[in-house]
Amino acid sequence: MKLTVNGVTHEIDAGLAEMRLLDWLREELGLTGAKAGCEIGACGACTVLVDGRPVKSCTRRLRDVAGKSVLTIEGLTPLDGSLHPLQQAFLDAGAVQCGFCTPGMILAAHALLLRNPAPARAEIRQALQGNLCRCTGYQQIIDAVELAAKSYQK
Amino acid sequence: MAVSEMREKGWRNDGRAKVTGGAKFTGDLKFADMLHAVPVYADYIHALLTGINTAEAEKSPGVVRVLTYRDVPGANRFGQIIRDFCIFADDRIRCHGDVVAVVVAETRAQALAAAALVRVEAEPLPALLDPEKAMQPDAILIHESHGSNIINTHRVRSGDTEKGFAAADLILEKTYTTPFVEHAYMEPEVSIALPRPDGTMEVYGSMQHPFSTRRFVAACLGLPLADIEVIGTPLGGGFGGKDDTAAIVCARTALAARLLNRPVKMVYSRQWSIRESYKRHPYKVDYKMGLTREGRITAVDCRIIADGGAYCSVTPWVTWRSTVQCCGPYVVENVHCDTFGVYTNNPVTGAMRGFGSPQMNFVIESMIEEAAEKLGLTGIALRRMNLVRQGSTTITGQKLEGHTVAMEQVLDKVLEEIDYQNKLARCSHGRGNEEELYGIGLAMSYRGVSLGAEGVDFCAAIVNVQADGSVLLEAGVHENGQGAEAAMSLILARELGIDVDKIRYRRSSTSVIPDSGTTVASRGTIMGGGAVALAAQELKQKIAVFAAPELACAPEEISFTSNQIIGRGGRSLPFAEVIRGMFQKQQFPYALGVYRAPQVSWDEETGQGKAYFTWVYGCQAVELTVNRKSGKVRLLNAVACHDVGKAINNTMLLGQYYGGMAMGTGYALHEDLHIDGGRIGHTNLNRYRIPRSTDLCEMRAIVVENHDPVSPTGAKSIGEPSNEIMAPAIANAIHHATGVRYYHLPIRIAGTDVPEEAQKRGQL
Ligand code: FES
Ligand code: FES
Repeated sequence: MKLTVNGVTHEIDAGLAEMRLLDWLREELGLTGAKAGCEIGACGACTVLVDGRPVKSCTRRLRDVAGKSVLTIEGLTPLDGSLHPLQQAFLDAGAVQCGFCTPGMILAAHALLLRNPAPARAEIRQALQGNLCRCTGYQQIIDAVELAAKSYQK
Repeated sequence: MAVSEMREKGWRNDGRAKVTGGAKFTGDLKFADMLHAVPVYADYIHALLTGINTAEAEKSPGVVRVLTYRDVPGANRFGQIIRDFCIFADDRIRCHGDVVAVVVAETRAQALAAAALVRVEAEPLPALLDPEKAMQPDAILIHESHGSNIINTHRVRSGDTEKGFAAADLILEKTYTTPFVEHAYMEPEVSIALPRPDGTMEVYGSMQHPFSTRRFVAACLGLPLADIEVIGTPLGGGFGGKDDTAAIVCARTALAARLLNRPVKMVYSRQWSIRESYKRHPYKVDYKMGLTREGRITAVDCRIIADGGAYCSVTPWVTWRSTVQCCGPYVVENVHCDTFGVYTNNPVTGAMRGFGSPQMNFVIESMIEEAAEKLGLTGIALRRMNLVRQGSTTITGQKLEGHTVAMEQVLDKVLEEIDYQNKLARCSHGRGNEEELYGIGLAMSYRGVSLGAEGVDFCAAIVNVQADGSVLLEAGVHENGQGAEAAMSLILARELGIDVDKIRYRRSSTSVIPDSGTTVASRGTIMGGGAVALAAQELKQKIAVFAAPELACAPEEISFTSNQIIGRGGRSLPFAEVIRGMFQKQQFPYALGVYRAPQVSWDEETGQGKAYFTWVYGCQAVELTVNRKSGKVRLLNAVACHDVGKAINNTMLLGQYYGGMAMGTGYALHEDLHIDGGRIGHTNLNRYRIPRSTDLCEMRAIVVENHDPVSPTGAKSIGEPSNEIMAPAIANAIHHATGVRYYHLPIRIAGTDVPEEAQKRGQL
């Protein structure tokens, strides 16, 4: 079984087929950006992108994603020490408080902007409705996504 | 970056780490040789605990040890006010969230498997689930040592209510109830304890109060405070909810680490978190208000009953605030208020954002509007007639002075911003044929800042400038996600006239700074910021004395700006150069600042005194529609205005507005734990419904800055004010939409409510 994470392909032992993607990312790869908030697919803190689509990694086994390509928040972060425009926008707009929802929120927003680089605010709301945030009331998260959208438009 | 630019851009010292996934929350940490622990519950609400059989579990693969109350070397019971909180259930099980044992194993999976094998023997006792029954003298006692199920009482006695009601033309009497509320921080509890070779214990945890946690851990282990070092890690939300119960999770973890001499990690699932953690108190409030025909409030009589659940936690403090603020921001001469915090076998309740005010504001702001309607006045006119103003006396006899009483200012701003008067005229009141009924509503509050007369209120900060001019800062406030560290850093940068990127906020440790109490009551900015400002002033004094000869002026003439130390006539020296000089002469630029809150006072007998040293003032308004058939509420617009004293970090400040308003919306409309017979029905976030992005509307925040002279930085607070009036604003808007008044939160509108009730209303 093969699985690509942030551009690196991993050979996975068949014995791990039943392991949850979230646990594998966190425990085996040390990619702890994806968080466990509910473990039943209700909060979105564990969101990663699988072939470009947001997926709640607590609800997927490794066998479900075999052969696919996973992007985590660590993979979105440029290697040169700069920030991805969406990450920068989250900071500029004040979209980060405790930060627990942030990695999942950024990835869900990234998937939206890849699909629709000029979303209306209502569309942003819609796209993020599976990602809960208890701190921000979402207002500045939506601001951030709007702010970053420009960089997806070229 | 200049400080002003940072302010606008919402700079945070932890920002980069949080957007890259680099921030390490406690659950993300791993240590060599680490064991895993899980809690064990028993399916009882109230029972005599007659036996705990751990033999099977202990034989289970990978299990290292199973701990119960018998293993606690120190105190198994602890608490901030009453020492009734059980680290492990001992003589009894008092609520469904009680933990009877902790299983420690090599892996979490092994611990989980073994937890199911722990057998509990218990004899059920009658469960007390209704506080009013629990208050009866013949009720069985939940804590025999306390001698009563009444945890605490508070009162206000002011004027003569008999006379006041006799002078009234209208007397309204209603009962309101509010629910248990889950904090629903996105990160469930977690902790790690690391035994050190010297016998001390290092503790990491998802907790809000390192010092409180240290007290719990030290008590449980029977060790001195100096032997426990609680280290701050990023916290995935708190909202008041990660005090006692989160501290106890740390204490159990530390106990395992101590007994096994290995690092131990305990990660809570969401279900355990909701089962065990304390909630916002449900209130039942009987409220009676008398008014003259013109709209002046002549008297208030209220009886407040708060369900404290199985343990005291901070119930006396929460209910104290409710008592002090039991008449809202109105001048009422004749007040009689009795408040009771009561033990039951329900889930334990404690601190939550608002701290006893969201319940009371729902009551007061609902009744004000109802009274206005009965008198044929607008709610605004009635409020204006009774609002506290500059120099007014509160119901506890405190004169509001020494700061700007901004009640009317915030009201006017909201009315104008949302075009309230015009929109009020367009409300549906349940009439007409439209499918979507329209309503606008508003609520106001004043709020005592910080702890008030029930707590010792001070905070410390340490500024330690290094030889190269870089600066280490630490303050006794905890980063709960609100950006406290960034705010403290910005305050210091401004005071010292240096760039904020020269400042490093130290990872907090209970072993370095004096115990500064807890980061609660929205006191972070005023108290922590006060301490930082005082430390900076002391430091500047030291630096000025040193630099004065070189700048050929008196120390008093020296100022600090643009990374320069400036003397008379434009002479200046770079900050870093002066610091280097100080080190060469062994004059260390180090300062400890301690901010003590101004004196407050309280008389328990009469409920009179200067309850808080200053107050904040706020107003919020909401527009919404209610679907006539489904009863579904849709928010259209929300505006909030608060006098925050001074904005330290604008962007973060707005985040506190929006977050509070969102949480208040959940309180009004969505959140229900579904507690039945002492058991929580909704134990995960699929059923316990906190607001989603699509449940909320666009929000607008208006910041009023009347610098407060008692605050060294001018800043007051915002975290709780923003949360405490959203529910009544929504309730009032729903009333204006449907013509129906709801006395219970969360508001559930049955499609059939509207036409029927509106008709009844027409007949009144
Ligand atoms: S942890 Fe996966 S959705 Fe909540
Ligand atoms: S920032 Fe705390 S949950 Fe979103």
